[in-house]
Amino acid sequence: MSDSTVVGLHDEEQHHPELLHHFAEPQQQRDAASLGMWIFLATEVMFFGGLFCAYLIYRRMYFGDFGAASKSIDATLGATNTAVLICSSLTVVLAVWAAQTALRKLLIGSLVITMLLGMVFLGIKAKEYKDKFEEHHVPGASFSFDHVPIPGHPGQYANPRHAEIFFSLYFIMTGLHALHMIIGLGLFAWLLFMAWKGRFTPEYHTPIEIGGLYWHFVDIVWIYLFPLLYLIDRHP
Amino acid sequence: MATTTIQPVERENYLNKEYGVGSWLFTTDHKRIALLYLISITFFFFIGGFFALLIRLELLTPASDLVQPDTYNKLFTMHGMVMVFFFLIPSIPAVLGNFLVPMMIGAKDLAFPRINLLSWYLYIIGGVMMLHCMLTGGVDTGWTFYTPFSTAFSNTKVVEAGLAIFVAGFSSILTGLNFVVTIHRMRAPGMTWSRLPLFIWAHYATSIIQILGTPVIAITLVLVVAERTLHLGIFDPKLGGDPLLFQHLFWFYSHPAVYIMILPSMGVVTEIIACFARKRIFGYSFVAFSSIAIAVFGFLVWAHHMFVAGISIYAALVFSILSYAVAVPSAVKVFNWTATLYKGSIHYDAPMLYAFGFIGLFTMGGLTGLFLAALGIDVHVTDTYFVIAHFHYIMVGGALMGYLGGLHFWWPKISGRLYPEGWARLAALIVFLGFNLTFFPQFVLGYLGMPRRYADYSHMPEFQVLNVLSTAGATVLGVGYLLPMLYFLWSMRYGKPAPDNPWKAAGLEWMTSSPPTTFNFEQEPIVTWEAYNYDELDTGHKQEVKVVG
Amino acid sequence: MFDNFPLWPERASTAAGNVDALFIFLLIVSGLMTLLIFTALVYFAARYRHRRGVLAEQIEGSTPLELTWSVIPFFVFMAIFAWGAAVYFKGRTPPRDSTEVYVVAKQWMWKLEHAEGQREINELHVPVGRDVKLIMTSQDVIHSFFVPAFRMKQDVVPGRYTVAWFHATKAGTYHLFCAEYCGTQHSGMIGSIVVMEPSQFEAWMNGGTTGPLSVSGEKIFAELGCVTCHRGDAQGRGPNLQGIFGKPVQLENGRTVTADENYIRESILDPGAKIVSGFKPVMPTFQGLVSEEQLNALVAYVKSLSHSLATPTGTAAATAQDNSKAPGSAPGSQVQ
Repeated sequence: MSDSTVVGLHDEEQHHPELLHHFAEPQQQRDAASLGMWIFLATEVMFFGGLFCAYLIYRRMYFGDFGAASKSIDATLGATNTAVLICSSLTVVLAVWAAQTALRKLLIGSLVITMLLGMVFLGIKAKEYKDKFEEHHVPGASFSFDHVPIPGHPGQYANPRHAEIFFSLYFIMTGLHALHMIIGLGLFAWLLFMAWKGRFTPEYHTPIEIGGLYWHFVDIVWIYLFPLLYLIDRHP
Repeated sequence: MATTTIQPVERENYLNKEYGVGSWLFTTDHKRIALLYLISITFFFFIGGFFALLIRLELLTPASDLVQPDTYNKLFTMHGMVMVFFFLIPSIPAVLGNFLVPMMIGAKDLAFPRINLLSWYLYIIGGVMMLHCMLTGGVDTGWTFYTPFSTAFSNTKVVEAGLAIFVAGFSSILTGLNFVVTIHRMRAPGMTWSRLPLFIWAHYATSIIQILGTPVIAITLVLVVAERTLHLGIFDPKLGGDPLLFQHLFWFYSHPAVYIMILPSMGVVTEIIACFARKRIFGYSFVAFSSIAIAVFGFLVWAHHMFVAGISIYAALVFSILSYAVAVPSAVKVFNWTATLYKGSIHYDAPMLYAFGFIGLFTMGGLTGLFLAALGIDVHVTDTYFVIAHFHYIMVGGALMGYLGGLHFWWPKISGRLYPEGWARLAALIVFLGFNLTFFPQFVLGYLGMPRRYADYSHMPEFQVLNVLSTAGATVLGVGYLLPMLYFLWSMRYGKPAPDNPWKAAGLEWMTSSPPTTFNFEQEPIVTWEAYNYDELDTGHKQEVKVVG
Repeated sequence: MFDNFPLWPERASTAAGNVDALFIFLLIVSGLMTLLIFTALVYFAARYRHRRGVLAEQIEGSTPLELTWSVIPFFVFMAIFAWGAAVYFKGRTPPRDSTEVYVVAKQWMWKLEHAEGQREINELHVPVGRDVKLIMTSQDVIHSFFVPAFRMKQDVVPGRYTVAWFHATKAGTYHLFCAEYCGTQHSGMIGSIVVMEPSQFEAWMNGGTTGPLSVSGEKIFAELGCVTCHRGDAQGRGPNLQGIFGKPVQLENGRTVTADENYIRESILDPGAKIVSGFKPVMPTFQGLVSEEQLNALVAYVKSLSHSLATPTGTAAATAQDNSKAPGSAPGSQVQ
């Protein structure tokens, strides 16, 4: 906590062009932005948390049915997406470093690659959704999940209604995540634009840092989603 | 020659700095945003109050003869939704908090002024959605949206109401976020945590709850909307879902929400009592930490709304014992406020009357919470008027009185005018009497067994006398609320201009002009004194501060 | 008090006295606390009114005082908690050998069926002095069975059974309310509990024409073909149901559960949820093929196959199971 920073009078401030008027000095502004983004991410944890909670409860109640449903989504595509996102987090870190070290080209390049990777992620997600649509695994009137065996329990078949709950949660959770990705892409498009215009310097690149935080968060949510949704009850 | 009085040239302040609708709708000044909120929440308060009036009128007679049962069901639902989400939750933080937090800590504005404006717009959007919902048919699920009724049976605009609250929820989250960052990062030099006014501690605790709790109801409403529109089965037993899962998710937010509603009010009362008793609060650190304790424990007790819902008796035990734990810090505050009066020098201005009213009514409401936390009793009184009386004692007798007290206390600062003290004291008395007449009979009704949300009680005419008393009280209460509306408005044009510190109160906000300039302080203050230095204010020098025991 | 202006509800059950005792204790404690605070407030407000020339005394605080008025209330609260918990436990634990009544709530009426077969709508006749256990479910939304005179309330949830019990002590007619908002006619979902002297109750019972619920259950058991697999010997494709009610059942995944009402119900509506050890998962589901009333009858029949008609669900743990397990058309186990 910046308790005892000595602050001069208004006229004596170094008017860094990016310093907003209600902050005394750039460090305070940076600290505020950073804390603000961390708190926002805490709210996002609670937001997704409700879904994870519902998922974990039903998973325990309907273990076999959820296992059968989970088996029907493509873990290879999911794993690919996981790798894609992890790489994109690497490029985000590169972008932040580039901003800190005034490497404008690297900054722009990293932002571009991050966005491309994000688009790859969304593309693979779209393929998965399409597959589910074709298999009639989208909850609603055309949902069907008959005679699907429960992994590890020969002769037993999944209860379609319980499987439908899995898919409801699957679509809502991954859909909400994808929505956050899309918002992230929008954010990064804006960051890219600002970077291209040369707005970022080693003294001021807060938007890159907090944008990066957001992107890492979206990545971490996926890292939890992936094993919970795709990898439960998989048998070799 | 006609004599003319020379009007003093009005100093530039945040109100007269710029004129025009645009200067208000696109402002980033926390004080203007506070006023925008003041107008909006007052609007919704009167809408919610209008619904309450209709409810009480209906309940004058046992039969459902004023409105159809379907309409009555919509009335209590929308009364609850409007009052909770569009009045109580924002009220003090969005009006008084927005106005005062930066000033109390010596800052020029909140950490994120544009996000502050965004908060207001989100509130307005949510409010417009809710208004539209109400005008095009309304919603009848109760503000609690229990499934499967809300997802699979109700024929009303559940989705729209849910989405309206979802949007308004983000207003609340962003306000909380703004306050926490502001309090951490924008304190003036010398303003250490232990010198902060307790109003700030209260808002800090409230903000934690807003940040961590609101997203949960947001996602819960998303699930309800999804279930209803896409016919999913997450909460519907016919499709494999569990209706109790909804209740857990709902109450996980909605219980801490009640602490969002009361903590700021406690902060207001603390400021008022210190000022009008002319002394520092007894037990500053205990009061500060009790706010944090209430926020933390408040997250652990949600299933005390579900004792008869079908949870296991062991779960019930855990939630009951934790509910008693959360009562302790609240009791500590009441004792500290009372102890502050000891050897004080007490003035009876209107804000202090509201503070007294708060302590009395909050004590009663809080004590009835002990009844509800007792498992054996809750089985009988839950879902009856006993619960309604309990929460209205806290929300109306507590939170709303604190809000009114705060409005009066800081009115000179906010508007630069004095409100008429005589009318204010009268209004405080009317509110106090009207309130008790409205809600005390409801405790009796509840124990007798009158269930809540009943449009018609013609099978139980023995409940009528108490209902009539309650309605009589409500009309008195309504008058009590109209009066401040009227004289505050009157004062903006005809009230005496206020000095910078009419109450000689402690606190950085009083060291600005009334009304303040846009950037609050000419120079950033450097704080070298403790909070509530009334000794210095009254005598010009420091007194020895006693520590008893 | 006054007939048309009562201030206290009638007491007509054993639980009522217990609840009232705690309530009165709390009234006294709260009353004293309120009096204490109000007196202090009024006294201080008057005694320490602002007077010219008299300054307020700045007092920082007093840690011993803070601890005292935190710790003492805490212990008082714990005492109240313990007393409340004791009353609650008693109120949620139906005694063994309680008479059973099945309740089906629907918008906006109560359907009740005695184990002996009598059906009632919105009215429940019971004798004075007998333990009555209610096994309840809803056909649609959540309702709540509330009898103020008995100080008894239990939510009635769709998709599972919840249980409540009472022991009426006074003849008379008492209000039955739905206490969980359930739609348009929520305030019309009202009935009566008619408590009769035992002799009158016998007369009333004998007036009924339907046989015991378990006998209807036996008929349904045959009609639906249950008997083909659930034979009275060990050769059936399904477990022999003789004597299983209330006893532990070993499942094929190693878990053991108690065969209570919720278990029977789930086995009919979602047989795949729990497979008994040693049996194949071949039972078809009857979801959608049996009504709530038929389910109640089948449950009553399976109970009757145990040694006594009254069921051994009297322990707190078993009743906790009652209220915590959920049957078939609903989740396999329930969110607590």
